[in-house]
Amino acid sequence: MLTEALKAEIESHIHEPEHRQSACTEALRIVQRERGWIDDESIKDIAEFLGMTTHELDSVATFFNLIHRRPVGRHVIRLCSSVSCWVLGYDALREAILTRLGISLGQTTGDGRFTVLPHQCLGTCDRAPALMIGMDLYQNVDPTKLDEILDRYA
Amino acid sequence: MSEKPLTERIRPNEAPGVIAEYERLGGYASIRKALKDMQPADVTQLVKDANLRGRGGAGFPTGIKWSIVPQGADAPRPKYLVVNADEMEPGTFKDRVLLEGDPHQMIEGIILSSFAIQADIAYIFLRGEYTLAQERLEKAIHEAYESGYLGKNILSSGYSLDLYLHMSIGRYICGEETALLNALEGKRATPRAKPPFPQASGLWGKPTIVNNVETLCNLPHIVNRGVDWFKSLSKTPNGGTKLFGVSGKVKRPGLWELPLGVTVGEIMDLAGGMRDGLSVRGIIPGGASTDFLGPEHMELPMDFDTVGKAGSRMGTGTMIILDDKTCPVGMVHNLTQFFSHESCGWCTPCRDGLPWLQNVLWAIETGKGVNEDMEMLSRHTKLLGPGMTFCALAPGAMAPLGSALTRFKDDFERHIRDKRCPWS
Repeated sequence: MLTEALKAEIESHIHEPEHRQSACTEALRIVQRERGWIDDESIKDIAEFLGMTTHELDSVATFFNLIHRRPVGRHVIRLCSSVSCWVLGYDALREAILTRLGISLGQTTGDGRFTVLPHQCLGTCDRAPALMIGMDLYQNVDPTKLDEILDRYA
Repeated sequence: MSEKPLTERIRPNEAPGVIAEYERLGGYASIRKALKDMQPADVTQLVKDANLRGRGGAGFPTGIKWSIVPQGADAPRPKYLVVNADEMEPGTFKDRVLLEGDPHQMIEGIILSSFAIQADIAYIFLRGEYTLAQERLEKAIHEAYESGYLGKNILSSGYSLDLYLHMSIGRYICGEETALLNALEGKRATPRAKPPFPQASGLWGKPTIVNNVETLCNLPHIVNRGVDWFKSLSKTPNGGTKLFGVSGKVKRPGLWELPLGVTVGEIMDLAGGMRDGLSVRGIIPGGASTDFLGPEHMELPMDFDTVGKAGSRMGTGTMIILDDKTCPVGMVHNLTQFFSHESCGWCTPCRDGLPWLQNVLWAIETGKGVNEDMEMLSRHTKLLGPGMTFCALAPGAMAPLGSALTRFKDDFERHIRDKRCPWS
């Protein structure tokens, strides 16, 4: 069930009443913010609220990079893996983070704290390598100083 | 020093000023001028005369794009202006600077573009990861409504426009304008068949223009200062300045607003040249989907036509440098991996071809390549090239691959012969 507050927030993204479906990507973003990921229940809730079939909505939810259809950790680390960051040491940064957390790419730490995912160009190529944790952007990341960043996330 | 109309108000690492400050610096003057003294067709003609070409990568003339939109009382309603602020081309970091640094400038451009095509509603399709831009745009849009630049009967002109911010949830294919429109409609973002073009049948089947952020930011300056001034900014027949960037192992990577037609070497000088001990082997001039240039291109003027004649595209104008200590095969693998991941899956050559190429490139990079791979890769640059796929994503992916196969042929062959990457 979507709470009234969530419904109201999703409703605020419907700018043309005859096109409720247009808010579905915003709805996925909002519900994921509250629940961490989009489970089948969420698909059903949102689809019903926006007048879509669950299949229509799932075809959207499974298409976009920022939506998780599987559980993730409390904090998702997105490592920019695109070309400028690759030239400036993405491979070394990825290995440093994965070693530090003891997981493989795409996995979640046993305590549910972090999930590490590769990500598409973060648009900050003059300050590579870059990563995001949640919605916080980190630039010119030094693989030897990861703890300073990771310690901020409980 | 050359003029920098797009970036002169931007203060690095500082939030943009409130709307009153923007107005004090001349902001929104073009709206008063256009809505009071000009007809929509006048604005379109002005932009045509200024030779403003779209800054999103394709370089289509902006005024001509607008002029195809149906006008007059019989035109379908509502009409839409959609801003492509979904910057996601690898190596590209220019729109972020404009969005974060001077959001009102773009809103002013949106109002002008919307007025020219007589749009009723405008949407900004913003990259979901650009949260600082989101925060600043939300504030700026609110201020623009409060000041009467948006909403009903703008500045008592009789013209009305609503502007909404839509956060994307991330997919490169949304750079293709019809895929973007599907995303905005809340659908899976696969491209649509063209024709019909969005100008005739776009968002929800209504006339729609999709403009890039940097393109829109030019408009207030063209209206305020005129065609001759705008053309004088450029060293080429295309008008205006351009945001140029450099990333890679240079001393001072960054972004600069410069005249169109500035040379590759001049931009490299601003980046401080290569880091000590490194030299340039390749230059991707404008984002991942452009052909490699090389160190012999330092005198090449950066403009749509000149870079095109040199066998590449200016694209987004943000150059990525390949140095002589970085593996070209590894770099092309990285680029191909991106395109493979971002293929929408709609058409077979792109959906199946790109992962195949990614695997073959990885095999070569890790010493498992065979001689026949070279011919196979080369053939696929045609099979996934222009005219063979539903949209421009796969042909864009073939640009760096095809040019690398020629330019770095020896490196590919050495990987295959030695069964290892010489750089690892």
